[in-house]
Amino acid sequence: MTAVVFVFYLFAVSTLLGGLMTVLSRNPVHSVLWLILAFLSSAGLFVLLGAEFVAMLLMIVYIGAVAVLFLFVVMMLDIDFAELKAEMAKYMPLALLIGVVILMQLALALGVWGFDAGAAERIAAPKGDMENTRALGMILYDQYFLVFQLSGLILLVAMIGAIVLTLRHRTDIKRQDVLAQMFRDPAKAMELKDVKPGQGL
Amino acid sequence: MQDFLREYLPILIFLGLAIALGGILIIAAAVIAVRNPDPEKVSAYECGFNAFDDARMKFDVRFYLVSILFIIFDLEVAFLFPWAVAFGDMSMTAFWSMMVFLTVLTAGFAYEWKKGALEWQ
Repeated sequence: MTAVVFVFYLFAVSTLLGGLMTVLSRNPVHSVLWLILAFLSSAGLFVLLGAEFVAMLLMIVYIGAVAVLFLFVVMMLDIDFAELKAEMAKYMPLALLIGVVILMQLALALGVWGFDAGAAERIAAPKGDMENTRALGMILYDQYFLVFQLSGLILLVAMIGAIVLTLRHRTDIKRQDVLAQMFRDPAKAMELKDVKPGQGL
Repeated sequence: MQDFLREYLPILIFLGLAIALGGILIIAAAVIAVRNPDPEKVSAYECGFNAFDDARMKFDVRFYLVSILFIIFDLEVAFLFPWAVAFGDMSMTAFWSMMVFLTVLTAGFAYEWKKGALEWQ
């Protein structure tokens, strides 16, 4: 067993373990932490495949951001475990039905799974000597122009949507106005009075 | 292929070291630490405060806004990276395509700034 194969099995086992524990953990926060382990080990698997960019993307986007978001969502849900258990028993038949449907879909998809003729040779000897980040950069922005621009628009919509949905300006508190502070004129703000002894103002 | 993976060997070694160190510290604390607890010593008075509240409280929704804005700009940078790597020998279409993409997101950024979403009130 070479080192690469050994590392592959290491990452594969920890991906599976992470995924399994994500589902099985009782505490949702622990689930998210196991999910991070699964993401991290699949990033390792991508590196073994030679897909460095995808691996780093998995690290930056999924682990850095999506996991944080998941944690927020988990924290924001006010989870009552006893109630959750009761709910789960109620929806069990529906969940089982969905599970069976997904299983059948997977069987359908994997049943016709096949490789293009000559795919094995192409995987063994990739064309061109570019590293794959550069290869991606060469095709993403002109060949897939429309998809790329659409993804930009989706990001814009997500940004505006998040702001519209969650931004509330509170009117009952004082906010700092930096410009007003900077343009404040000390000469206008205070006045010196010469007070004679024995007399008030 | 093998050469390429060899460059990642230090990272793997670091990963192994980090896991080993974490494991060693946990096991060492379990094995060699002196432990003879008595009720007074483990009471809340000596070991901190009683918990005021459940840790699973509701977060302010503004944290959510901050993190989702972070993710959006994170993705923008992820798109920017292959563009920067392939910058030397890409077509003009690719260059201007990225400029349009950045313009769209800058419009979003201006909107966000104008609405005051970046300010913590």
